[in-house]
Amino acid sequence: MSELAVDTEIDRSKLKVSDEIAIQITNMNKWYGTFHVLRDINLTVNRGERIVIAGPSGSGKSTMIRCINRLEEHQSGQIVVDGIELTSDLKNIDKIRSEVGMCFQHFNLFPHLTILENCTLAPIWVRKVPKKEAEETAMHFLEKVKIPDQALKYPGQLSGGQQQRVAIARSLCMKPKIMLFDEPTSALDPEMIKEVLDTMIELAHEGMTMLCVTHEMGFARQVANRVIFMDQGQIVEQNEPEEFFNNPKSERTKLFLSQILGH
Amino acid sequence: MSDVSFVRTEMLPQQAPPATSVGLVGWSRENLFSGPVNSILTILSLIFIYFVISGVLHWAISPTWAATSLGECREMIAAAYGEGAGHKACWGVIRERWLQLMYGFYPPYPVVPSANFGAAPEGAWPAFFRPNLAFVLLVLAVVPVLFSNLPRKMLWITAAFPFLLPWLLWGGTLWTPILVALGFVIGYLVMRFAAPVVGTIAGFILAVAVPLLWWGFAIGPLADAFSSVLPLAIPEVQSRDFGGFMLSITIGVVAIGCSLPLGILLALGRQSNLLILRSICIGFIEFIRGVPLITLLFVASTLLNIFLPPGTNFDIILRVMIMVTLFAAAYMAEVIRGGLAALPKGQYEGADSLGLNYWQAQRLIIMPQALKISIPGIVSTFIGVFKDTTLVSIIGLLDPIGLSNSIRADQAWNGIVWELYGFIAVLFFIFCFSMSRYSMYLERKLQTGHR
Repeated sequence: MSELAVDTEIDRSKLKVSDEIAIQITNMNKWYGTFHVLRDINLTVNRGERIVIAGPSGSGKSTMIRCINRLEEHQSGQIVVDGIELTSDLKNIDKIRSEVGMCFQHFNLFPHLTILENCTLAPIWVRKVPKKEAEETAMHFLEKVKIPDQALKYPGQLSGGQQQRVAIARSLCMKPKIMLFDEPTSALDPEMIKEVLDTMIELAHEGMTMLCVTHEMGFARQVANRVIFMDQGQIVEQNEPEEFFNNPKSERTKLFLSQILGH
Repeated sequence: MSDVSFVRTEMLPQQAPPATSVGLVGWSRENLFSGPVNSILTILSLIFIYFVISGVLHWAISPTWAATSLGECREMIAAAYGEGAGHKACWGVIRERWLQLMYGFYPPYPVVPSANFGAAPEGAWPAFFRPNLAFVLLVLAVVPVLFSNLPRKMLWITAAFPFLLPWLLWGGTLWTPILVALGFVIGYLVMRFAAPVVGTIAGFILAVAVPLLWWGFAIGPLADAFSSVLPLAIPEVQSRDFGGFMLSITIGVVAIGCSLPLGILLALGRQSNLLILRSICIGFIEFIRGVPLITLLFVASTLLNIFLPPGTNFDIILRVMIMVTLFAAAYMAEVIRGGLAALPKGQYEGADSLGLNYWQAQRLIIMPQALKISIPGIVSTFIGVFKDTTLVSIIGLLDPIGLSNSIRADQAWNGIVWELYGFIAVLFFIFCFSMSRYSMYLERKLQTGHR
C-alpha cells in the first residue's frame, strides 16, 4: 500500500477535537456463534476526532465499527452513541443510524435509483424533508464530491471512485454527526483511491467525527489524530499517528507495520 | 537480427464489405446455409414447416360457418369439395356456441333472465353489458399499473375496480361494495389514530379486527337499511350461471391480483427472525405446494361446507377463488424468495445504515429489486395460474373446458373436438402470450445498467 496516496497538504492545527464525547464503548464483547470476535473493547471517541483503525484481516475492525450503528449486534458491554445507548429498542437504533453515516467497501448504492434519488431517499423518508429541499441538499453534496453532472445517471453507469463519492454524498445528505468508513478504498483502482481520499480529507477539514477502517497508511499519517491497531478482536495499540508509525510499542504492531510498509 | 521495422506511408481508405457478407445473401449465408449440415437442416425444416402449415390451412379453410350441426357440416364439405376432401374443420359450432364459450349461461339481459340473446327486452341494457363493462374496466384498471407513463389519475379506477367487479358481475345493491370499501378506510383510520395511542402491535391487530367485524356483522344490515331508502340495485345473477372465459378471467384476475401481495408477505414472513411467524409461513407454503391444486379445489367444493357453520352460504366461485389464490401465493412466495436471496446483503445494510425502518427498506429498496429479479418467475406463475383455472371444470364449474364437454354432449355437435379446443387454445394463448411479452418489455424497461 503506497504511503503517499494522499498529497494534499493538511494543516493539522485547523483540525480541532472537542471535549464532548461522541461515542463511548465500554467492555464490549461480541461472538459469532462460539467464536469470540470482539474481546473487551473500550473506546471513547470525542467530537471531531479522526480515527483510523488498522489491523490484519479478520482482526474484527470492520465488525467493531459495524457495531456502532448496529449492523452487528454486540452481546455484552455498552455502546453509547451521541448520548443514546444501543439496545434492541428499534426506535433508538433507527435514530442512531440516521445520525451516523456509513460508507461501505462495495458502496452499497441502490442500483434501481438514480444518483439523485439515492441521495434524497433517506432525507425524504426518514427525516421527512420536502422533496425539493432534499434535492437541493443532495445537489449541494454532489457538488461537494464533484459529480453534480452525474445526478441523473444510475449507479451502474459510474466508475468505482465516483460511486464511492456518491455513497459519501448520500450519507452526508442525512447531515450525520459521525461518519463510519468500512474500507472505503479497498475495492477501487489506484487512481480512484485518491479522489475518494480527497473527499474524506475535505470532510475531516470540516470537523466531521470519523472512524475509518482502512489500509491507507498515508491517509492515517496525514489526517488521523489517532490510529488504533487491532488484532484477534482486541485493541492492541493506539496512539497518535506520528508515534504509532515511528515508534510502535507492541511486537504485533511492529510486525504488522513492517509487513505493510516494508515494500 | 531480421528487419522488423515497418512504416506505413499512406492510410488505407474504408472499403465496402464483400457483397456475400451483407444484405439478404449475407444474412442467409450466415444464418441458414453456413455449412453443409446446416444447409440440409434448413431445407428439412422448411419442408417440415410447409407440411404443418399446409395441413393446418387445408383443415381450417372450410366453408362451414353457417352449419348448425356436424352432419350439416359434412354435407357442406362434400358439396364444396366432393367426397374424400379429407379432414376439414366444422366452424358452425363456434358460430353457434361462441357466446356460451365467452359467458357461460350468464343471462344477456339480467333484467329479464329468461330473455335470449338477440331479442332485447324493453329498457334493458345492451346484451352482456355488465360483463363487457367489467372487462373494459379491467383493462382500464390494469393498464396504469402496467405502464407508468399513463396518467396517474387512472389509478383511481384501479382502486375502485376490486369493489366494482363483483357488483357488476353478481349484481345486487351498490351499497355493499361501498360499505366493503369503507371497511378498508376504517382499518386505515384505526391504524392511523389508534396506533399512536395503544402501540404499534395492538394498533395493527385492531386495524385488522375492526374491519373484519365490520364486514362480518355491520355490512349486511347496513346495506339493507340503505337500499330500503335508496336501492341503487341491479338485478342479481347467480353463480351457477357464470361460465366460459368470463369465469376463467374472473378467477384468474382475482388469483393473480391477490397472490402477488400475499406471496410477498409470505416470502418476507419466511425470512423473518420471528420464529413462530416464520414457522407458520414455511408450513403454509410447503403444505400448499405439496398438494395438487385439484385436491384444494375438491376441498373448496365439498369439504369446506362441512367445516363451515351450518347455514352459511359461501359462494362456490368465491371458495374457488380463495383456493386458487392461496395456491398461487405459495408458489409466488417461493419465486420472490429467490429474488430476495439474489440481492446482495449490502443492499440491506445500505438501507439500514441510512436509518430506514424495516417496511421502508422493504418497500423502497429491497422489493423493487427483488421483484425485478423475479419478473420471469412471477409471470410464469401468473400464466400457470391462469391456465390452471381450467381445472375448475372438474368440480363442475362451466369454464370453457367444462362447456366444451357439454357442447360435445349435444347431439348436433357430438364428435367435434379440434374446433372447440383449438378455439379455447387460441384465446388462452392470446392472454398468456401477452403476459409473456409484457414481462419482457418490463424487464427491458427496468434495466438500469449492470450492477
